[in-house]
Amino acid sequence: MKILSLKQVNLSLNGRKILQNLSMDFWKGRVHAVVGPNGAGKSTLAATVMGLEGYRKVRGEILFEGESITNMGIEERAKRGITLAWQEPARFEGLTVETFIRASAREKSDAEIQRVLQVVGLNPDEYRNRAVDRTLSGGERKKIELASILAMRPKLVLLDEPDSGIDVASLENIFEAIRVLRKDGTTVVLITHSLAVLAQAEHAFLICDGTLIEEGPMEQIRPYFEDKCIPCNHKNIPEIEGEEHGDE
Amino acid sequence: MEMSELLKELNMDEALRDPDTAHLVIERNRVVSSHWVQGLEVKTEEIENGVEVSVRVREGTVITKPVHFCFGVTHKRALQRIVMHVHVERGAKIAVLSHCMFPKAEDITHVMEADITLDEGASYVYREKHIHSPDGGIEVYPRATITLGKRARFATEFELIQGRVGKIDIDYAVTCGEESTMEMMTKISGRGDDDIKIRETGYLVGERARGVLTSRVAVREHATAEVYSKLVATAPYARGHVDCHEIVQDQGVATAVPVVEVKHPKAHVTHEAAIGSVDTKQLETLMARGLSEEEAVEFIIQGLLS
Repeated sequence: MKILSLKQVNLSLNGRKILQNLSMDFWKGRVHAVVGPNGAGKSTLAATVMGLEGYRKVRGEILFEGESITNMGIEERAKRGITLAWQEPARFEGLTVETFIRASAREKSDAEIQRVLQVVGLNPDEYRNRAVDRTLSGGERKKIELASILAMRPKLVLLDEPDSGIDVASLENIFEAIRVLRKDGTTVVLITHSLAVLAQAEHAFLICDGTLIEEGPMEQIRPYFEDKCIPCNHKNIPEIEGEEHGDE
Repeated sequence: MEMSELLKELNMDEALRDPDTAHLVIERNRVVSSHWVQGLEVKTEEIENGVEVSVRVREGTVITKPVHFCFGVTHKRALQRIVMHVHVERGAKIAVLSHCMFPKAEDITHVMEADITLDEGASYVYREKHIHSPDGGIEVYPRATITLGKRARFATEFELIQGRVGKIDIDYAVTCGEESTMEMMTKISGRGDDDIKIRETGYLVGERARGVLTSRVAVREHATAEVYSKLVATAPYARGHVDCHEIVQDQGVATAVPVVEVKHPKAHVTHEAAIGSVDTKQLETLMARGLSEEEAVEFIIQGLLS
């Protein structure tokens, strides 16, 4: 069953076409990956689905559970069950990890806070009272953001480069979180250029220059991506996008 | 509302009954209650429109439990002037938790004039929390001159986030001696036509003196804030930092003027100031978790001021 559909979605930023006639279907409860080289438009796609500021002047249509969300703001999309984890999560001066997670948690109990922190490999006793600020490393903030998403129990989550800033030892915690989300029935969209992350997906889209090149089971897409054998006139201009959302 | 009810609301009545916790409660120009512990000498004198308080912490005394001060006015209109002399002697340590409460203020002026001296190795931690009425109607003028001896430590935190600010004009100046440490933090949230002025100056005159001036201010609706933070370093290895962050919403106006002056080649002072609306990424992160824009803004401001 389709949960999210993009129908001929086009988006231009600063006069440059970033997404071009993108049509994609995401299926409920599945783990999808969106792969492609730097500057392909992956993070822009995530920002567009979430409806972030500056990414809403879309031509085409975005449907969520059959309803058009094209003209909706972030809040309305989030209330329908869509959320996004940024490649580089925000810092929140003065907010504790516990307060931050509780703000988005569907169930606000202590046990739930403990559960989600444990899933991402953080010791609740050590982390719940720490501030979500510069005293945490990028990897720790990434895990905390993921914990807040686990607590939110969304219908669809876009994870932008979920392994960025994560050390090898902690990567398994991120993958465990993806498994838990899937088990909870959440549709997961992994925005990645990592083969290890791609391997977590069941289905993948290969995009380049904002255009869908190929889609299919992960095993089918992997060789294209692995060999960087992309049959298109790709021009990698990372400075055009990625400043805000990290797609280098 | 009587003072006793206010204290109860703040859960302070228990501390006030504790024989090991020193306290001083002043309502307008009257000492309502006081209790002292060994090593802490306090004299109070009722003056016109206020009270003059002299605090002396005797050499080597370590006051283990925070001392509770409570200054308030339960009337709608009044002038309250607190003149405070504090002397923390060599090696003595004291922490003070101070509440200033004006729950019914319509036309109240609260003036605090303090001179504070810390001798060698002394420590004074002062946390001041203001609770104002929801309608403003108050002017607050805290003034303090602080002198730190060798290896002394002074830390203060001023918080006004409950009720309306009205008008506040803070003016603190600290002179830091050799190897002494000074940390001053101010957190104020203004709305309506609140008028906030903060002037904090630190003089790092002793070798290896250290000072940090931190301010966190939020202005909403038509509130205004001016923050002047100045650190002057004149001694070798003196280190200082000024950190000012102001959030502006609606028609609020904020000004930050961090001044750093270094008069010795081996001293080092830094500053950072950020003024603006709520950070877009913070806002969008919270909204992507289902909070409304208003809830997200409130959440971020509360975090900043927490």
